[in-house]
Amino acid sequence: MYQLLHKEKLGPDIFLYRFRASDIARYRKPGQFVIVRIHENGERIPITIADVDIEEGSITLIIQAVGKTTLQMAQMKKGDSIPTLTGPLGEPTHIEKVGRVLCVGGGIGIAPLYPAARAMKDAGNHVTSILGARSSNLIILADLMREASDDLIITTDDGTEGQKGLVTDAIRNLVDNGEEFDQCIAMGPPIMMKFVCILTEKLGIPTIVSLNPIMVDGTGMCGCCRVTVGDEVKFACIDGPEFDGHKVDFDELMARLATYRSEEKNALEGYSSHAGCRLDSMSEGGSR
Amino acid sequence: MNAKERMKIPPVDMPEQDPKERVSNLDEVPLGYTPEMAMMEAKRCIQCKTAFCIEGCPVGIDIPGFIKLIEDGDFKGAARKMKERNLLPAMCGRVCPQEEQCQLFCTIGKVRKNPCESVMIGKLERFIADWDREQGEFEQPPSVKSSGRRVAVIGAGPAGLTVAGDLVKFGHEVIVFEALHKAGGVLVYGIPEFRLPKKIVQSEVDYLEKIGVEFRYDHVIGKTIPVRKIVDDFDAVFIGTGAGLPRFMRVDGENLLGVLSANEYLTRANLMKAYDFPEADTPIVKGKKVITVGGGNVAMDCARTALRMGAERSLIVYRRAEEQMPARLEEIHHAKEEGVEFHLLQNPVRLVGDDRGWIKGAEVIKMELGEPDSSGRRRPVPIEGSEFIENTDALIVAIGNSPNPLVPNSFPDLEVTRWGGIVVNEITGQTSVPGVFAGGDIVLGAATVILAMGHGRRAARAMNLYLSSGRWVDLDSALDLSRAEVH
Ligand SMILES: Cc1cc2nc3c(=O)[nH]c(=O)nc-3n(C[C@H](O)[C@H](O)[C@H](O)COP(=O)(O)OP(=O)(O)OC[C@H]3O[C@@H](n4cnc5c(N)ncnc54)[C@H](O)[C@@H]3O)c2cc1C
Ligand SMILES: Cc1cc2nc3c(=O)[nH]c(=O)nc-3n(C[C@H](O)[C@H](O)[C@H](O)COP(=O)(O)OP(=O)(O)OC[C@H]3O[C@@H](n4cnc5c(N)ncnc54)[C@H](O)[C@@H]3O)c2cc1C
Ligand code: SF4
Ligand code: SF4
Ligand code: FES
Repeated sequence: MYQLLHKEKLGPDIFLYRFRASDIARYRKPGQFVIVRIHENGERIPITIADVDIEEGSITLIIQAVGKTTLQMAQMKKGDSIPTLTGPLGEPTHIEKVGRVLCVGGGIGIAPLYPAARAMKDAGNHVTSILGARSSNLIILADLMREASDDLIITTDDGTEGQKGLVTDAIRNLVDNGEEFDQCIAMGPPIMMKFVCILTEKLGIPTIVSLNPIMVDGTGMCGCCRVTVGDEVKFACIDGPEFDGHKVDFDELMARLATYRSEEKNALEGYSSHAGCRLDSMSEGGSR
Repeated sequence: MNAKERMKIPPVDMPEQDPKERVSNLDEVPLGYTPEMAMMEAKRCIQCKTAFCIEGCPVGIDIPGFIKLIEDGDFKGAARKMKERNLLPAMCGRVCPQEEQCQLFCTIGKVRKNPCESVMIGKLERFIADWDREQGEFEQPPSVKSSGRRVAVIGAGPAGLTVAGDLVKFGHEVIVFEALHKAGGVLVYGIPEFRLPKKIVQSEVDYLEKIGVEFRYDHVIGKTIPVRKIVDDFDAVFIGTGAGLPRFMRVDGENLLGVLSANEYLTRANLMKAYDFPEADTPIVKGKKVITVGGGNVAMDCARTALRMGAERSLIVYRRAEEQMPARLEEIHHAKEEGVEFHLLQNPVRLVGDDRGWIKGAEVIKMELGEPDSSGRRRPVPIEGSEFIENTDALIVAIGNSPNPLVPNSFPDLEVTRWGGIVVNEITGQTSVPGVFAGGDIVLGAATVILAMGHGRRAARAMNLYLSSGRWVDLDSALDLSRAEVH
């Protein structure tokens, strides 16, 4: 059993959890994730490890409540335990000193972006970060991201914070103002990553993305998480979740995320009657 | 009763759930023998002086020995005899391909010129194992002095469980690291409930726990803990990580929604209890018409599971003929009884989707049998121009699994074959790394439960010798000489 040591609310439906899991904390590298299962009949869901505290033997997860499992987690209290935390899984982010790095995070994708940005900065890169969300209250981890970045730009669709517009507008502005980047890391909803990649490809900036396909085991056994990268089929849980964004077939990823949409809706309706509105917020192909 | 009279007794059928009824539940299909049935079936064994049946059993159970005890009504004794050699009889009795193993060699089958009429060794084995479990008595194995040696077992499938049980009995401390949240490997995530009830697997795992095996779940070795660290921290290591890598057909449209691997389908249905959705949280693809591609046990399991998940039609599409299907006869028979349709000598070449990206059909080409290939089976050859579209809402790819690459990939010192199996000494299970042994599907590729157990058994003996002697070189010859004393 893995105990919940701390929980706090970061935004509407967005919570930070710290679980005791000392082996995972010790061996984890930025970019890796865990599989979480919260009770005996629970689903196995993948969540990025946002941070670790080796001394405390704990890992931090930042989770947006979008469906049955994540909503149930939102009800958990400090001291509660869950039966499964498997990890760290996936290939770590490739961290290297390349020069100037552009980190782009959208919504809950800022959670996995944070460890990557910090590692890139620690490796001696100049880090410019752009955080985007629909509205100000959905921008998470702004303070931590500010520490991990040399420059930080915030964009909101409705203009409630930072620049009004999309992250792609902000990228274009930077480049128009003569900024150059050797590497981009983009994490967020598939639709956002898709458009960031279309732009960075035009601009000639190599781009890493972190994909969020549906998973079951997370160990390479089922192939549920397969994604097309270039002309190869990869298993995101083993080969990824990070890939060369210019080669990823985002349309396929977004389609596949909808596989269980009607079942998920049913499960959710069974679980809580007021939750229908939340389901709408997760459209456009998955939560992050 | 003399041998002639015994030979005249027809095989005792095991009662089964009615096919019409059973497709709407998950209960086991064969219902088991009553004590009277078992004793009657036991009478059919003529207690051969040279019991060829034993040769056919990969773990060498004293078959006439335990059958005689059943005939005499000494079920406790029979159970004890069987467990000398087989730690997991309730499972083997159910899932061994007996008609290719013990029962293939049985004298009675030969006399009656039909291996299906051999002594029903597997059914008797199942009866005894079930009887024994239902007694609920726990027999503590004779206590042995602790050796002070620590062993890590990676993977809790039949191979790993066997090694763990044997080594604990030799007095070593054993920790089993399992990637998933339950022990049993394919027995829990792959083979469906209606063929192998999960409570049986659980009771075997409970037994191992009671005799001192420690289980660490949610540990993906090579990720959660580096393989190197496990090798350094323990006196010996056994790798039994199975053949968990699903193969796909590599045809267009394979990533459409509604197309999944057998592993995914069965894992959702079994381990994650999707049959109980939304009580259990994991959903599963439910088609009205489901195609399963493949002809092995795995394909039969998928096609039969699809019926239980509510499919109106469940089709097997297989590129060879029925005689060449690798599935057990019993599975094929059960599948047919339940209404699974067999579309033989056909092969999907392309999958077609609708505008939402869901599969709506498979383009299938007809095949004919040509010259024999390297496996000795006549090779299926496509008939040009015979393509047609088979409509479907879901398609399950059950064309095989390869060795799980996770541990070998993260531990380059380990020698592997071209197709990814770990290279071992066949007698001892020794790998290219001193102190590290391997067995089961990670060595053989997708094989059988009993072969995995046989591997585990042999490796356990070699590991025990290695742990006590520290001898790595020529372990196999040392083992041969001391076989009697070790066993
Ligand atoms: C590598 C990886 C890292 C992730 N990291 C985070 C994170 O740090 N924070 C976070 O909030 N979310 C993260 N996600 C997404 C998260 O796994 C899903 O939001 C979660 O599974 C939803 O579960 P649910 O039961 O609450 O919702 P459901 O009702 O089951 O589904 C809601 C949405 O989640 C998607 N989804 C459902 N099941 C899965 C699954 N098993 N795997 C992936 N997606 C699924 C569905 O397509 C749907 O769009 C990550 C996903 C992946 C693959
Ligand atoms: C659907 C299906 C039906 C079958 N039907 C039959 C049948 O009727 N009769 C028969 O004899 N055989 C059958 N088989 C084959 C049989 O199940 C296998 O040959 C047998 O289970 C192999 O045992 P194993 O111990 O080598 O591996 P597995 O049973 O595959 O177990 C391996 C275990 O290792 C774990 N693991 C993998 N990687 C790691 C890691 N890095 N760290 C920790 N743990 C890890 C896995 O999670 C798994 O639990 C069937 C197989 C399938 C898939
Ligand atoms: S273990 Fe399998 S092969 Fe051996 S006797 Fe039992 S059923 Fe036959
Ligand atoms: S070969 Fe058949 S008849 Fe002979 S001992 Fe074995 S089971 Fe009995
Ligand atoms: S989640 Fe099963 S293979 Fe990746």
